[in-house]
Amino acid sequence: MLSHVIEELPQLIVNGLVVGTILALPAIGFTAIYAVLRFPNFTVASHATMGAYAGFVANVWLGLPIVPSLALAFIVPALSGLACDEYVLKPLRRTSAATGPMAAAIAAVALTIALENVIRFVFGNDLRGYDLPVYRDWRFDLGFAFLRVGPQQVENAIISVVVMAGVFTFLAFTRTGKMMRAVADNPSLAGIKGINAETVARLASLIGMGLVGVGGMLLGLDTSIDPLTGFRAVLTVFAAAVVGGLGSIPGAVVGAMVVGIGEELSLLVLDASYRTAVGFIAIIVVLTFRPRGILGERAY
Amino acid sequence: MENYLVAMAVFAGLYGLMALGLNVIWGMTGMINLGLVGFMAVGAYTSALLTVRHAHWPMWAGVIAATIVSGIAGAVVARITARLKGDYLAIVTLGFSEVVRLVASNEIRFTNGTDGISAIPGPFRGEVAPATFNLIYLGIVAAALLVVYLLCQRLRHSPYGRVLRAIRDDDQVTSVAGKPVLRFKTEAFAIGAAITGFAGALYGHYNAYIAPEGFVPLITIYIVLSLTAGGTGTNAGAVVGAALVVAFMEGTRFVVAEIPGLAAVQVAAVREFMIAALLILVLRYRPQGLFPERHARHATPDTTP
Repeated sequence: MLSHVIEELPQLIVNGLVVGTILALPAIGFTAIYAVLRFPNFTVASHATMGAYAGFVANVWLGLPIVPSLALAFIVPALSGLACDEYVLKPLRRTSAATGPMAAAIAAVALTIALENVIRFVFGNDLRGYDLPVYRDWRFDLGFAFLRVGPQQVENAIISVVVMAGVFTFLAFTRTGKMMRAVADNPSLAGIKGINAETVARLASLIGMGLVGVGGMLLGLDTSIDPLTGFRAVLTVFAAAVVGGLGSIPGAVVGAMVVGIGEELSLLVLDASYRTAVGFIAIIVVLTFRPRGILGERAY
Repeated sequence: MENYLVAMAVFAGLYGLMALGLNVIWGMTGMINLGLVGFMAVGAYTSALLTVRHAHWPMWAGVIAATIVSGIAGAVVARITARLKGDYLAIVTLGFSEVVRLVASNEIRFTNGTDGISAIPGPFRGEVAPATFNLIYLGIVAAALLVVYLLCQRLRHSPYGRVLRAIRDDDQVTSVAGKPVLRFKTEAFAIGAAITGFAGALYGHYNAYIAPEGFVPLITIYIVLSLTAGGTGTNAGAVVGAALVVAFMEGTRFVVAEIPGLAAVQVAAVREFMIAALLILVLRYRPQGLFPERHARHATPDTTP
């Protein structure tokens, strides 16, 4: 048993790191929108799917390589996310201070089902795959265990890291990024300083859903896509955001790593089909013992 | 055709029950529940497992067990998140319904997985003609709806219900007034979840077959739409809303079938889209529903000399 665990462990940790790195993008998107708009935007599910399909259209129908396809996987959900918030969710948040955010959360679930069905209407329920060059897996002999790594996995993880580095540079060093952090931190103080919260909110929806779209396509690159691709991943994305601390962007990255590795390690004791349940268990454990998550502020 | 109408009336009754359950949680106490279909599934599976797959309990015992088990599930979910902001409850309930579906799909030895459970008994099924069975079941659902409706009315107008509504309007003030807010929230959520599970159990015994793919998030949208269209906070609204939603859902079936050149998957997509869009429109343009909750307000006495 123990030798079996030691043999499996390096592979599971490497897989977990790759999954966590990819998962971090939609988790950042979800948590950034929460930080600025103060409500859980459940349309992450359909926007991840939308990103996966936008990338599919660019890659398979238009014949573009993966990286330019990812650009489309960012732009389409970004614009859709902005439009959805502007015309559907924002008016609902305004209806009343007490129940508005909850009405918006309910509407977001309805909206995600609506968008998912738009995708289903156009593309049908069939599984679709990207046009990818086939590589042989790299194999490493660690002495006590063998490690197999797919070049596509590595490429996905590198893309994700580059995008994340871009996000952090934007938030840390640009004027607009600082404005966004200011509004997330203290909206009224930011308002006094002359920051236009409306613009920042729009930017949050735009960039947040764009990141979710890129994450959706990266998830799809690993396997195949269908109209439920985003919905299947959404519980893990919530888990990453909650474990890291809802509203904290560094937290989303840490949370994604914890949940990604945790999901893979669960394979040692659980059946593979329960991987997503690990995310839910992580949510329950964190909310019971440390509701604000690893890096979050307060949860009540 | 007559059979079809009776079947639709049964479904309207079941959605009415679940909307009453949601009304206790959301309408009276102001707590969100995006995982209603999860509690419905817990109820349906509990009763089905106890009456056909793992034991042969009588139906009434299965239904009672289903009500209790889903109530307990609701209490646990609420207890974990009741101290936190509503956002967390939204995430946890949505996650709960997905996990229930996951467990139902994968615990093959326990739930028969994605093949579902068939041959769930129904009262007098097989002993009478299918049309008669439908009518008998409609009677049972109508009676259940009436009883739950009266209980919910009693709850709403009792001192207990007043505390719930006070929590909905301002839980800090309620807490300052000395009410154990956490306990009330947990109990209200458990009551609502129990009613939803009860309806789920009745659904299983009517349909004779349940499977994980029958418990998708769209069902939650139906229930929320029933309550919102009827009037959040009012029990009569929940029941009337459910009837309207079933009529609308079935109406779309005929309307969409008239559009030429659509594949089956596209027809389904258009119908689901219309239902989701209707909920958004109702929330936006008629959030108080058809039967708005009336607030008893007393006119300010004229004190000018």
